[in-house]
Amino acid sequence: MATAQPGTKSGMTRSERRRLIQGLLFISPWLIGFLLFTIYPLASSLYYSFTRYDLLRDPVFIGMRNYTSLVTTDSMFWVVIYNTLFYVLLAAPAGVVSAFLMAALLNTKLMGRPFFRAVFFFPAIIPTIVTAVVWQFLLNVQFGLFNSILQGLQLPTIPFLSNPAYAKPSLVMIYIWAQGNAIVIFLAALQDVPRQLYEAAEVDGARAWHKFRHITIPLTTPVILFNLIMGFIYAFQEFTLPWLLTGGGPANATEFYTIYLYRNAFQFLRMGKASALAWILFIIIVVFTAVLFKTSARWVFYNTETE
Amino acid sequence: MTATVKSPTSVQYHPRRQRISGKLFSLLKYVVLIVLSISFVLPFYWMFVSALKDDSQVYTVPPIWVPDPAYWNNFYDAWVSQPFTLYLFNTVFKYAIPYTIGTVLASAIVAYGFSRIRWRGRDALFFLCLATMMVPFQVTMVPLFMIFKQFGWLNTYLPLVVPAFFGTPFFIFMLRQFFLTIPQDISDAAYIDGANEVDILFRIILPLSKPALTVVALFAFINAWNDYLGPLIYINDAHEFVLSLGVEALRATFSYNSTVANAYPYLMAVSTIIVLPIVIIFFFGQKMFIEGISMTGIK
Repeated sequence: MATAQPGTKSGMTRSERRRLIQGLLFISPWLIGFLLFTIYPLASSLYYSFTRYDLLRDPVFIGMRNYTSLVTTDSMFWVVIYNTLFYVLLAAPAGVVSAFLMAALLNTKLMGRPFFRAVFFFPAIIPTIVTAVVWQFLLNVQFGLFNSILQGLQLPTIPFLSNPAYAKPSLVMIYIWAQGNAIVIFLAALQDVPRQLYEAAEVDGARAWHKFRHITIPLTTPVILFNLIMGFIYAFQEFTLPWLLTGGGPANATEFYTIYLYRNAFQFLRMGKASALAWILFIIIVVFTAVLFKTSARWVFYNTETE
Repeated sequence: MTATVKSPTSVQYHPRRQRISGKLFSLLKYVVLIVLSISFVLPFYWMFVSALKDDSQVYTVPPIWVPDPAYWNNFYDAWVSQPFTLYLFNTVFKYAIPYTIGTVLASAIVAYGFSRIRWRGRDALFFLCLATMMVPFQVTMVPLFMIFKQFGWLNTYLPLVVPAFFGTPFFIFMLRQFFLTIPQDISDAAYIDGANEVDILFRIILPLSKPALTVVALFAFINAWNDYLGPLIYINDAHEFVLSLGVEALRATFSYNSTVANAYPYLMAVSTIIVLPIVIIFFFGQKMFIEGISMTGIK
């Protein structure tokens, strides 16, 4: 450790202070952007959440009324909470499980792995507007491809997007289709599992399932946690796809939290209420992530011996 | 360990039954993979062939897999049915390119400060930087809208482009991970030669990081190319639309007037055209994409 030099006020050596200043200079773009585009908006949105504000007149302070009226008198609030939780709790775990299984399949001895990986990854990087118009067309109840096939087979058609009961599962299906990032991250993690562990297990006579259950899964739990958290955060904030695909319908079945928030802000010009909604969402996400982290101590395996 | 002695059992290690079940498993694996691949590609195939159809072919049951005749002129007709050339220009030159330049430059500089210099409080601030990724877009959306409105920046790309010049946490994270893999000796040698941190960043670290910088540039470009919500909030003037807003406008003209001919073929044709650059970028940069994404999952 550096010896504290007499005369320096903060107890830092000259080179420590120089490096501190240089470090801060290099990160200053982010730091300034953080203050301007995150901290200041966070603070002012917290303030607006206690006001009535329609953009035309100055905000009027109304205390907790935005929050209390959301929870007590706004019937849509509980509808969007229900829709969002339904969607998030279905989509995020389903996305992680499907991505993990597909990555595990890609991680076996395989011809043409780059090809399959490319095919599974690609839907993740196309514009959401394209995802929306193409899937809206595919899932159309009268002339969409899927229902045309069903009709051709003399089977009943499925109202994927026009029946409230099917709308959310249909969105989950598209969510799974666009899980390419998670697949690629899982595949990288699976390839990092040391070969020797499998070989040692084989010597002990372990079957494929046992190797998967007792080596593959434990060693990839940190990445499972990572993808699960990313999936939850992403699904809570999902806006563009349901907005473009179903516009919140049918019968409010896909009126998600963020859609309702957007409507309040930019269609009804209730900026105060929208800010209150945003803060509630923020708190929900923080609590959710914290709980996941807390439980992770029980199921996430950190290999501290290597490295 | 002493020299390994081949145990007699290893000779009969693969009984025939296990070999057959192994082959069966392998066959099943390919069947599953091919079925999955087909279902992943099917939306793209259907988008493309539907772009070549006319209305009578679109609404046919059972569906037509290979349209005959194929209306290739749909691509041109759909493109000129709205000012898509203008939207392409806006998307690329007013949004994607400036956004990409800002993101790469600022994120690299910030990532350098978070990885190649040791200073007190660095890791705490880096953690804060990562934590900001958890702040929902919607929380800052309303105040940012009002700030940019006061600046008179509505209907311009400044609200979308200027923040990029302050760095993006996700890309800062990716570049930091990459910079950490470059040996410290390289920097130490440069210090001895009298180089300062700026020299080291621009003369040594950045040239060594071309693959990572390319990944960030590709991702940033595609993010801007794909963005819908940002332009939706800040751009109302149809002359300033990006491609995604243009597609939405095209779809709206069809839903207001359901008698318009070729609604779906035109929508699919424009969709095909705006996916095409991504196919090309992905085809040439696949390896970099995969490595870039893989990097974010580590740690």
